[in-house]
Amino acid sequence: MSAAVTSAPAERTSNRQPGFMKDGRRRSWTSIIVATVLAALWVLPSLALFLSTLRSRDAQASVGWWNVFTDPLNQGWTLDNYTGVLQGQDMGASLLNTLVVSVPATILPIMFAAFGAYAFAFMNFPAKETLFVIIVGVMVVPIQVALSPMLNLLGPNGVGISGQFVAVWLLHTGFGMPLCLYTLRNYMSTLPFSVVESAKIDGASHYQTFWLLVAPMSIPAIAAFATLQFLWVWNDLLIAKLFLLPSNTTVVVRVQQMLGTQGQGAEIVTAGAFISMIVPILVFVLLQRFFVRGLTSGSVKG
Amino acid sequence: MATVTYDNATRIYPGSTRPSVDSLNLEVADGEFLVLVGPSGCGKSTSLRMLAGLEDVNSGRILIGDRDVTDIQPKDRDIAMVFQNYALYPHMSVADNMGFALKIAGKPKTEIRQRVEEAAKILDLEQYLDRKPKALSGGQRQRVAMGRAIVRQPQVFLMDEPLSNLDAKLRVQTRTQIASLQRRLGVTTVYVTHDQTEALTMGDRIAVLKDGLLQQVGTPREMYDTPANIFVAGFIGSPAMNIGEFHVENGAAKLGPASIPLSRETIAGLSDADNGKINLGFRPESLDVSTEGTEGAFPVEVNLVEELGSDAFVYGQLAGGDEVAQNISSGAGQAQVIVRVDPRRVPDKGSRLWVKIRPGEQHHFAAASGLRLPS
Repeated sequence: MSAAVTSAPAERTSNRQPGFMKDGRRRSWTSIIVATVLAALWVLPSLALFLSTLRSRDAQASVGWWNVFTDPLNQGWTLDNYTGVLQGQDMGASLLNTLVVSVPATILPIMFAAFGAYAFAFMNFPAKETLFVIIVGVMVVPIQVALSPMLNLLGPNGVGISGQFVAVWLLHTGFGMPLCLYTLRNYMSTLPFSVVESAKIDGASHYQTFWLLVAPMSIPAIAAFATLQFLWVWNDLLIAKLFLLPSNTTVVVRVQQMLGTQGQGAEIVTAGAFISMIVPILVFVLLQRFFVRGLTSGSVKG
Repeated sequence: MATVTYDNATRIYPGSTRPSVDSLNLEVADGEFLVLVGPSGCGKSTSLRMLAGLEDVNSGRILIGDRDVTDIQPKDRDIAMVFQNYALYPHMSVADNMGFALKIAGKPKTEIRQRVEEAAKILDLEQYLDRKPKALSGGQRQRVAMGRAIVRQPQVFLMDEPLSNLDAKLRVQTRTQIASLQRRLGVTTVYVTHDQTEALTMGDRIAVLKDGLLQQVGTPREMYDTPANIFVAGFIGSPAMNIGEFHVENGAAKLGPASIPLSRETIAGLSDADNGKINLGFRPESLDVSTEGTEGAFPVEVNLVEELGSDAFVYGQLAGGDEVAQNISSGAGQAQVIVRVDPRRVPDKGSRLWVKIRPGEQHHFAAASGLRLPS
């Protein structure tokens, strides 16, 4: 961080020419085209889903969604799918349930993991490296492995909280934490160590150093991981289906239940799925600034 | 205000057998500006960090005043440290940065504000108090780091190469500012640098370290005039001293065709281990241009002349045989000799310049031990 870096943006804007990017490199048409194609491919399913939600059951069952463009008049345009979802399926309650599940299940692992990451990055204790390797190692253990023991532990034979929100919070916290600790610790090790040493001389305790310095400086990484974890918990089907009572169930489980065994209700599923996407999209749009910065911040020091 | 004492302080990093700082004995007087200087890896930063409490002391003691602080937490040592990269808190304003330690200590807000403003006035930072560090220039950031130390009103300032991130011109300015500020505040200061010019210009006393061992402590004048060994002689002074190993014959050192007479005391200081050889040192500015045939004059083949306006330096080789030429070294490298000449009368490239060491300005070191011999 030198004076030259801070004054650079002003020079850039004044020197900007067509055909050049902000950082002065030549614009690459190949990368623009490839990125556009990839973005279109990724958006296509969502677009298809959205168009299908507005078509009648018959239209959905008989012809593909792309007929919208060739034969726009005969698609049986309707809002019935949405009214069907909102009236019959108790979507409001399950949306609320999903929020009740996701928000604590995002905050809790980050809070614990941030404390842990601070310790791994800035404190010395015996077997530090070994412990860290173990934590990184358990990232590969999938939750299926623990389903049966967890049902026993949390169920009526154990703690007896299975079916309640707190059970799901605990599971998401436990299984989300290794990755979170790993990302945050890596981010924190890029922070200048002298800042922590300076705080030590200034008389700050570890607790104060964490809350006043390291946590605010780690906001990009924390926000990035929070986005990931929130999306993961919001879209989770397995844990919610197994560990939540029907009255507490989340929107993803509800959507899955709309589909009957004979394929009936498929038109409502499209609308339900689209409603379940809205909140994650909002979260991503609001936090994407941090998200991108948090992912690149480890490599480029600034 | 307090003195600082290193009493056989030793630091051995885990996994290493050689101490990074080996039995350091050093006393810093109350209000003194002591500069620790040495090449990289010499243990100067480690010594400072031991005093700060950021490194363990494996054996020996460190005292601030009469208090043994060897096992005391950094915050209870009543010290303030300026880091090489300033270690500013990026998300806090300049005022919050400077008042952080006081805030942690639970001082009332009005007192913090008052002390921060006093320090800002001293450092000319008043109009920047509400800015974030990233909106400051390098020099201003450096001053904020200084301000953070001043605000605490500590017993000892510790500075770890605080100028190395500044450009050359600003470094010279800030150097004088820090030195005069320290004299004004009268706070005992331990300052680490690898730059011998900084050491000479700023320090009341200089301590030269090499490989974790203290080589010599003294005022800038002492270090320059009477270096205790070859290392200090070559390290202090710019351009560095010319030092070469020569045969002693008939009470004189043989520099090719020339004989440099040695005093009786110098000869008496030589031992059998020296094998009839002596290290002779002379600074570029201790040479007078002379003529062929003058006693003690020796020839230098001029390779290059560097003109600085106020000075001119001749870079060349000792003439008179390869062995003699190869055995000398200077700031320009092996087999090179540097001579300061009158900038208005510089010799031509490729010419032969006869020079003579000014009486009393030659340094003698034992060939075996490298220690200074009496002259």
